[in-house]
Amino acid sequence: MNLFSTFRVAVLALLLNKMRSFLTVLGIIIGVGSVIAMVAIGEGAKAEVQRAFDKMGTNLLVIRSGSAQTSGVRGGAGSQPTLLWTDVDAIRKETLYVTKVAPSLRQNVQILGEGKNWTTSAEGTTPEYFEIRNWTFQYGGPFNEQDVTTKAKVAVLGGTVVDNLFGNPADAVGATVRINNVPFEVIGVLARKGQSANGMDADDVVMVPAGTFAAKVQGGLRQYLGGSIYVGAATPDDTRRAQAEITALLRARHKLRDDEPDDFTVSSLAEAASARQEGTETMTRLLAGIALVSLLVGGIGIMNIMLVSVTERTREIGLRMAIGARPGDILVQFVIEAVVLASVGGLLGVALGFGVATYLSNEFGWATKIDPQIVALALGSSALVGVGFGLYPAHKASRLDPIQALRYE
Amino acid sequence: MTEPILEATDLVKTYKMEDVEVRALRGVSLAVRPGEFVSIMGTSGSGKSTMMNILGCLDRPTSGSYKLAGREVSKLGRGDLATVRNKVLGFVFQSFNLLARTSAQENVELPMVYAGVGAADRRERAIAALEKVGLGKRLDHTPAQLSGGQQQRVAIARAIVNRPKVILADEPTGNLDSRTSIEIMALFQELGRSGITIVLVTHEPDIAEFTSRVVMMRDGKVLSDVTQTPVDAREALANLKEGE
Repeated sequence: MNLFSTFRVAVLALLLNKMRSFLTVLGIIIGVGSVIAMVAIGEGAKAEVQRAFDKMGTNLLVIRSGSAQTSGVRGGAGSQPTLLWTDVDAIRKETLYVTKVAPSLRQNVQILGEGKNWTTSAEGTTPEYFEIRNWTFQYGGPFNEQDVTTKAKVAVLGGTVVDNLFGNPADAVGATVRINNVPFEVIGVLARKGQSANGMDADDVVMVPAGTFAAKVQGGLRQYLGGSIYVGAATPDDTRRAQAEITALLRARHKLRDDEPDDFTVSSLAEAASARQEGTETMTRLLAGIALVSLLVGGIGIMNIMLVSVTERTREIGLRMAIGARPGDILVQFVIEAVVLASVGGLLGVALGFGVATYLSNEFGWATKIDPQIVALALGSSALVGVGFGLYPAHKASRLDPIQALRYE
Repeated sequence: MTEPILEATDLVKTYKMEDVEVRALRGVSLAVRPGEFVSIMGTSGSGKSTMMNILGCLDRPTSGSYKLAGREVSKLGRGDLATVRNKVLGFVFQSFNLLARTSAQENVELPMVYAGVGAADRRERAIAALEKVGLGKRLDHTPAQLSGGQQQRVAIARAIVNRPKVILADEPTGNLDSRTSIEIMALFQELGRSGITIVLVTHEPDIAEFTSRVVMMRDGKVLSDVTQTPVDAREALANLKEGE
């Protein structure tokens, strides 16, 4: 008996009892449907988190000086300057995976403009910094390399600073502000970023060229870099490799012996991002567990109805055997019937899941994302449930004695 | 003398029903030559049904030999027996045993499905078989839309469609009125004339009259085995019309 006729017979048999077939697969429909919907929501949330981190720059490494130790008391990271200005150039030139490097020097300053004043954080850096951090401009633009070397008195303001100094943000560009009483020309206003990863106001900042910072804001530490170094890489994988590269490079440059600890730290935002992802990961696994349980329950329903069907159709089975169906033919017929039943349930479940996910994202604006892999998995496991739970009733049918089966009332 | 198409020698069949051993066949021998139209008669409990099941390869004898078309089949397994039933035998049952809600044509195609005949061939042969039994115009009718006699004709078409050597009919007229019964017997006689061997189980003597040999069974043994000139069913039908 060929597969196509078997499928046809199976579909016809199921259509004879439409309501019963539907009720039988309802368990699978609801199980698969809820899993598809839940996973869509979970994946949507995950993608949202990923986007948020991408905006901050996941392919970003921050290098800080190590901790100082005085009479057994250990200071925090950066308490003792160990990073050198030459480290910045070395990282740029002697690594493979680093695409951008920028120093970052910070100091709280008072800033004056249009007769108002505000205390904020001044950051001295190079133009690459804006690229590493994916910062864009609302008005104007960044300073350039020349501004850094010539120690130009130009500044880029964050949104919060502009709000506190100017009535109209558009007026800021071209205006003069005074930082620690030194006049700076405002050349750009940063696009708003909202809260930073650690809950701080990321817009409460004023950026100046690194050279200018050292000359006018905070005296330098000669060859030491009194801040941190920001490093950008192309991909998350490259970021990991860059992290190892930088660690090796800086250890060599700082002439650390093998038994000495690093005198610097290289931290990545990706680590924080992956910690967040793990939460959703656990959720997804939990949902997979629920899916498994619902598929099992659905499978038991299918087995039950297949057993009923075998009993009801005992005479039919007897007849098929009498006219030449081998036990294998009968087995395949009933297994396929169970598989068709379960797969139809899976398909309807996927449709239901799609519907619910679409409804939720339209109605409540929830981010949803349907993963084709999950859909394939749901359909595959439904079919597998059909095979698994159809096997026993089918085996029972194939072992019937044709004489008794023909006589069955 | 031609080789028997069906040769049973010393068939014994015992059933164990709980603790009691039932001896349904106690050494039955029967040889049927090609083209014979044999009826097996007997009361219930005579062993005729058991005999029929063994001849039909639905059951195996406890001991004895059974050769079908020259091949020993008494020791074959379930799968091989199914193939034998499919290729060599055709069945007609008392209760027709057609698939409900399935058209006459599809019912007739069923044995060919298991024989692995292609769809176009199946269709062609099913139509030819249905035409042969006089139902060429009712291909799409389901059993519910057919009379008892017509249903039995569909079943006969199904039995002959795989071109079997032997047709086994178990009380084929048991559910039919006498007129329809004779019509069915006329159809069997016609098939017999075309060379098919037919073995029929019945308990009605008037039905056995239409066959060329009557084997009477009692208590699991052959009581008598008589060759006779069959009554022509077409004539019987004609007489029936005159009588009305």
